[in-house]
Amino acid sequence: MDESLVKINDLYVQYKSDNGVFGGTRTIYALNGVNLEINKGEILALAGESGCGKSTLAKTLIRLEKPCKGGILYNGKDVFNLDKEDLRKFRQKVQMIFQNPYASLDPKVKIYDTLAEPLKINTKLADSEIEKIVFDTACKCGLDKDCLKLYPHEFSGGQRQRIAIARALVLNPEFVLADEPVSALDVSIQAQIINLLKDLKENYNLTFLLITHDMSVIKYLADRVAVMYLGEIVEVGTVEEIFTNPKHPYTKALLSAVPEINGKDKNKIFLQGDLPSPSNLPDGCKFHTRCPDVMQKCKENAPYDVNFSETHCAKCFLYN
Amino acid sequence: MKVLEVRNLNLGFKTEDGFCQALFDVNFSLETGKMLALVGESGCGKTISAMSILRLLPKNAKIIGGEIIYKNQNLFELSEKEMHKIRGAEIALIPQDPMTSLNPLYTIGNQLLEVIEIHQNLKGAEAEKKALEALEMVQIPCAKERLKSYPHEFSGGMKQRAIIAMALACKAQVLIADEPTTALDVTIQAQIMKLLEDIKNNTGTSILLITHDLALVGENADDIAVMYAGRIVESAPAGEFFQNTNHPYSLALLNSIPSRRGEKLKTIQGQPPNIRENILGCRFHPRCGSCFEPCKNEIPSYFTVGENHQSACFLNSVNN
Repeated sequence: MDESLVKINDLYVQYKSDNGVFGGTRTIYALNGVNLEINKGEILALAGESGCGKSTLAKTLIRLEKPCKGGILYNGKDVFNLDKEDLRKFRQKVQMIFQNPYASLDPKVKIYDTLAEPLKINTKLADSEIEKIVFDTACKCGLDKDCLKLYPHEFSGGQRQRIAIARALVLNPEFVLADEPVSALDVSIQAQIINLLKDLKENYNLTFLLITHDMSVIKYLADRVAVMYLGEIVEVGTVEEIFTNPKHPYTKALLSAVPEINGKDKNKIFLQGDLPSPSNLPDGCKFHTRCPDVMQKCKENAPYDVNFSETHCAKCFLYN
Repeated sequence: MKVLEVRNLNLGFKTEDGFCQALFDVNFSLETGKMLALVGESGCGKTISAMSILRLLPKNAKIIGGEIIYKNQNLFELSEKEMHKIRGAEIALIPQDPMTSLNPLYTIGNQLLEVIEIHQNLKGAEAEKKALEALEMVQIPCAKERLKSYPHEFSGGMKQRAIIAMALACKAQVLIADEPTTALDVTIQAQIMKLLEDIKNNTGTSILLITHDLALVGENADDIAVMYAGRIVESAPAGEFFQNTNHPYSLALLNSIPSRRGEKLKTIQGQPPNIRENILGCRFHPRCGSCFEPCKNEIPSYFTVGENHQSACFLNSVNN
């Protein structure tokens, strides 16, 4: 068994939203008992539709959100209970790449300074050493030395995403969270960034949590896949297991909905309706309102994990 | 039979740096009851071509040549009043972002009724009946109550359905769908594409689908036109296109889709050109892997490489 780097235990995150003077508050149940392990050196993909809690999970992993229950262990240490020195180390070792490269770079700061800032804060290196690391990292990410003098607006989307990736890598992290790193880019540019991520993983032994809704990117890049629906992980497995032998009806529908270039699958599964609101979760299995194989007990009880192999499990009553 | 034909459309923008041409001799035609997909990366001129059909262009855009033939009349020669009768009633638009294309201050029913009253001269109960039918046709559950809802009470997929209902209520002959599913989740995308296909098959509506997603095209379109930097580089029936892809740009687009694991993705070097760049010869030549001498100086004409299959690439002149 691979060594796990991150261990998420029964994680619950809720948001309170204010409905105005007379509306009172309502609770949005973003994560509802997430259990997940991320192994060292793998790319774990988190798949699911918008609003299912993928980004909340990422934000909680880097301590931008606080859980109301459950915890996260990073290298065996509780992320929400670190002492000052461990916290400093944690922040160096865990980095994030955001979805929109147009919004995640400071427009008033030159690229060199954007890349050097984390080093200046976190290390006591001399300027010349910092310069060397910045140049090396930029080069790794396919950026030219000359462009370090420029401002973000002078770059195209693909180049900006390279800068964002370089910024995440400059501190030599162990664990990188990539939140939809290619979805804001054109197809031809997407391919460049996907290749870059693949190279980085292979050459620097990084661990990635890849958040995306694009199943073709997952199939190409990931080692393992976790499928999320309404704040729960409904199925986990290796890429082969998920793509050749999906178990959960939601996973099946998600895969079937992906358009295929070689023409249409005649048995395409069409889900009825939309994702229910996370402030008003359905009882029982959260997927039962849209599930094509729904049974009576799905409406009453919540299903638990069924194991199909050491690496493959799904939450569904069809299998017990 | 051709319901809509764009012939030699040339269009440009007046900018601070002078006149910049954006479309170069664009030709495509939409057959009755078929779906034509116009494919290309952002900024290649897909949307502006579609908007010229409706004559809804920004103020600084100028048409410098060409004609658009709909039902034996040139749309560019019609008066503004005549054009009013065509927009919405005969040629309807499904915009990219359903979230911003409905008026938040009016109910869905109100907005549907407006279209019906203007274009079909119906009033009162009759118009309401028509609106209800349209909503039912796009499979919105409890359509009667939903007429009284406001756009914010609808999910993204439902808003897109409501907009499609507006086009259906007037029995539009041509639907222009500008990236109709880009803002939607993949399971909702499958629902909407199914709906468009049903409409095409049941009512004989012709659809111009504008998209960057070749996989979506592979599943749904009857004909394909690939656009690069303001020029159609290849056009063919869908089956023929995917079997005998000819133009290097089309091939590159297909190769950028992540499919087989392990293999490195073939990428297109560089960036799509800026509209201000003046490119001599073939507009793709600076990024083309098979570029040779004539590509740099001459504009390639269309070579017929198969049945109804045209490709603007000099490689075909060498092979023959």
